[in-house]
Amino acid sequence: MGSAKQHDNDLFEYLLRLGDDRLILGHRLSEWCGHGPMLEEDIALSNIALDNVGQAISLLQLAGEIEGKGRSEDDLAYFRETIDYRNLMLLEQPNGDFAHTLVRQFFFDVYSYYTYLALEKSLHEGLGAIAVKSLREATYHLRHSREWILRLGDGTEESHRRTQVAVNHLWPFTGEMFEADEIDERLTAQGIAADLKKIQLDWRKVVNETLAEATLEKPEDRFLPGGSRQGKHTEHLGFILSEMQILPRSYPDAGW
Amino acid sequence: MTTSTSMRLSPEGILELLNEVQDPEIPVISVVELGVVRKVEIEADQIIVTMTPTYSGCPAMRVMEQDVVAKLLEHGMTNVRIQTVLSPPWTTDWLSDEAREKLRKYGIAPPGKVPKAHLDPFRKKSEIVACPLCESTDTKLTSEFGSTACKAFYHCNACSQPFEQFKCI
Repeated sequence: MGSAKQHDNDLFEYLLRLGDDRLILGHRLSEWCGHGPMLEEDIALSNIALDNVGQAISLLQLAGEIEGKGRSEDDLAYFRETIDYRNLMLLEQPNGDFAHTLVRQFFFDVYSYYTYLALEKSLHEGLGAIAVKSLREATYHLRHSREWILRLGDGTEESHRRTQVAVNHLWPFTGEMFEADEIDERLTAQGIAADLKKIQLDWRKVVNETLAEATLEKPEDRFLPGGSRQGKHTEHLGFILSEMQILPRSYPDAGW
Repeated sequence: MTTSTSMRLSPEGILELLNEVQDPEIPVISVVELGVVRKVEIEADQIIVTMTPTYSGCPAMRVMEQDVVAKLLEHGMTNVRIQTVLSPPWTTDWLSDEAREKLRKYGIAPPGKVPKAHLDPFRKKSEIVACPLCESTDTKLTSEFGSTACKAFYHCNACSQPFEQFKCI
């Protein structure tokens, strides 16, 4: 226990979780490019996709450095299988309609905002620098998705109905966001990782208040089994990876 | 070429040279004015250019790096390394008044100083943005996300024109 090797492995795993969340969500959001319900939102979702993929690059790059086996961020993104991915199941769920995309986004944006807010003070210098930079972007993202939840929930009968359906459908995936394992516990105790218990309190407060303001009902707390941080996923991730990875796997070392 | 190269080989001289490299998406301000090029150092025979991204996912970053390398190559400097740093994070507060004026003339409303409330996701933005075309402050935010990561969409109620703002961050 407490060996340098275990510490590096913990940190590598933790950075994969942070990086994979943003890579998979970024990929999902990029599917809206050219299909947005209006030009401004098409552009907004594509911008947010870029920010997320950009943050994933920084996080996976650092993960590769810590692992020390010479893997780059591209190696980690393109040459791992579903079982090696550590993203939350929420983020691999299909886009559905605009309400589904925005509810998924809002649930994650609140989580991401408070995660970065905590990681700004991380005792790991490299991770802290990524957090300081990303927090500014996450602030823009959260303002965007939160305003949409208010507008859609407290909007027309149809927008309210669709948003409530999305909230009900996605709520069971939010339980695993706060499931801390030994890696989280060790790194939190060392002042490196964000404390999931604290993030859960902030997340619940913001989500509950926003849903109430948007005249949406908070579903009962019935959650699906978690395990994505250990490599368990829904069937959707395989389809994402096959699309995302086909080019580098078909033409290894292809460059622009 | 060798003499002119060695004349330029001070970090300040190189920085001056890089001031000729334009932002590929806003070709009226340079990568130095934008604050993306942070510093130039010379170690042994190598020129190290430290750069920082505007936004994590800005697709223009790679182009800017290539343009920096190409500019130095043009002047005979072949041993160049680009080093990326994230801290301190890039902010629009680094844009000089001169750079802001160039943006305005180009049709992009320059950013104001970054207000604290801006970094609060639960508050609506209340920044007053003047139209770069008619200077009216009767403008409305259309979307916080514009044609590039660093810009927002606005509409001018006075002259009925849409315009972009270089958003504060």
